[in-house]
Amino acid sequence: MSSILSIENLDKTYRDGFQALKDINLDIHKGEIFALLGPNGAGKTTLISIICGIVNATGGRVTVDGYDIQRNYRQTRSRIGLVPQELTRDAFETVWAKVSFSRMLFGKPRDDAYLERVLRDLSLWEKRNSQLRMLSGGMKRRLLIAKALAHEPSVLFLDEPTAGVDVELRQGMWETVDYLRQTGVTVILTTHYIEEAEEMADRIGVINQGEIVLVENKQQLMRKLGTKQLVLQLREPLEAVPAALSDYGLRLTEDGSGLIYTYETQSAHTGIDDLLQALGEAGIRFTDLHTSQSSLEDIFLDLVNGS
Amino acid sequence: MNLRGMYAIYHFELARALRTWLQSIISPVVTTSLYFVVFGAAIGSRVEQVDGVPYGAFIVPGLIMLMLLTQSVTNASFGIFFPRFTGTIYELLSAPVSYLEVVVGYVGAAATKSLVLGLIILFTAQLFVDVPIAHPFLMATFLVLTSFTFSLFGFIVGIWAEDFEQLQIVPLLLVIPLTFLGGTFYSIDVLPEFWQTVSLFNPVVYLVSGFRWSFYEVSDVPLLVSLGMTFFFMLLCLTLIWWIFRTGYRLKS
Repeated sequence: MSSILSIENLDKTYRDGFQALKDINLDIHKGEIFALLGPNGAGKTTLISIICGIVNATGGRVTVDGYDIQRNYRQTRSRIGLVPQELTRDAFETVWAKVSFSRMLFGKPRDDAYLERVLRDLSLWEKRNSQLRMLSGGMKRRLLIAKALAHEPSVLFLDEPTAGVDVELRQGMWETVDYLRQTGVTVILTTHYIEEAEEMADRIGVINQGEIVLVENKQQLMRKLGTKQLVLQLREPLEAVPAALSDYGLRLTEDGSGLIYTYETQSAHTGIDDLLQALGEAGIRFTDLHTSQSSLEDIFLDLVNGS
Repeated sequence: MNLRGMYAIYHFELARALRTWLQSIISPVVTTSLYFVVFGAAIGSRVEQVDGVPYGAFIVPGLIMLMLLTQSVTNASFGIFFPRFTGTIYELLSAPVSYLEVVVGYVGAAATKSLVLGLIILFTAQLFVDVPIAHPFLMATFLVLTSFTFSLFGFIVGIWAEDFEQLQIVPLLLVIPLTFLGGTFYSIDVLPEFWQTVSLFNPVVYLVSGFRWSFYEVSDVPLLVSLGMTFFFMLLCLTLIWWIFRTGYRLKS
């Protein structure tokens, strides 16, 4: 797959000595939805800000579509749209004036039909003549997206698109990202909500303390690092795991009514058939069983705590 | 060149002035008229002539300068401070516009507003007193140079200011006193010798003096010195702005 954004050995140390990014290397593929996942303060916004030209890098190189963000900033910036994390506080301009300004600022000729389509797609067309102060928080956020799309970028950065947004709006944002995917725009979003990455992304990069800890296709990531748990509901509660079953690393639920067996989904031998046989031999009967896959959240916590 | 981007900024800024026309256009005109009434009528009835020019007419160039300086600084500083305050500055920094284009957009819009205001005030003044203009071309040159220079200065203030108080401090505590002490309402010849010397350190003296010469051919300092000092101040502002963008001062970390 061809890469549209390439980051090599990127470093950022702020003036107060804080090292926000350490030797970042990352390639973003054309047309993908990439989620940059990390806790607050991990360096997500700094990374985006450098690529967009808002923060200066200390070292390293970033290219967009083959153009260097320093030397060819006009080429790179005209390809990039940025939706910032914070809502802006401007109040008196109209929605239409704002998106028209954004398009023109990026040097694109007037195209009312295109802007109309963007506003319609983001359910803002009815509000085109409203002043910004009349918009709800969700509309303001969609307007930021409309502004970022106004100059027809091929790469879109969404910095924490659902931070401080209620559940319904978050659902709406996911639908918006899905719409962006259909338009062919490459989307890079940062989030510290795991379910967001899980819901929207094709690939996930985990960043922690200024370092990229891992980059993986979402499915592969979940498969590779995922473990499953088998929970058996016992007919008779147990006080302790019987010695005969000690090899399986079993845990008892708190009330002793269930046995939990953890296994690797990808390993050649999950051990389930042996376990069930051993249970039968030990005379342990069960009434029900179910399995559950570890979520991205578990994977993420493992990674962040382990690094 | 991203001419469209530059024009977008310019147009946006002018649209802001038109949206708030009561504040940006009517209020300076009213203020100037009040100056005419108070200074022209009250003092003019006691001081008949200064350097052979009727007092009412004598203060016109100074009054225009007063408005030009305060409005240029206020408009330009507000123009660039506001996106920093609202958070929309990210868009400007991430857009394919060069620093020069940003400056031309903001400073050009502020200077245009000042110029239009200057002309409106000149027209208003004609309603009160007879204001002959001996050298219209030179007058226009001073008008343009001053609007542009002080809009550059305002741009610097708008980048330097961290809050609304700092934004107001410079026009209120620096520009207005300097203008009042810069020979707006009097010829600095009337001051004691010591204060005349002190006045020569006030850049506004040179602006007002040169501007007044273009009307009545009377001045406190030679015309070329006036022009030279105006250019010098403009160069100073341009250098500072170049430094601001080169270092990213208050704009980029």
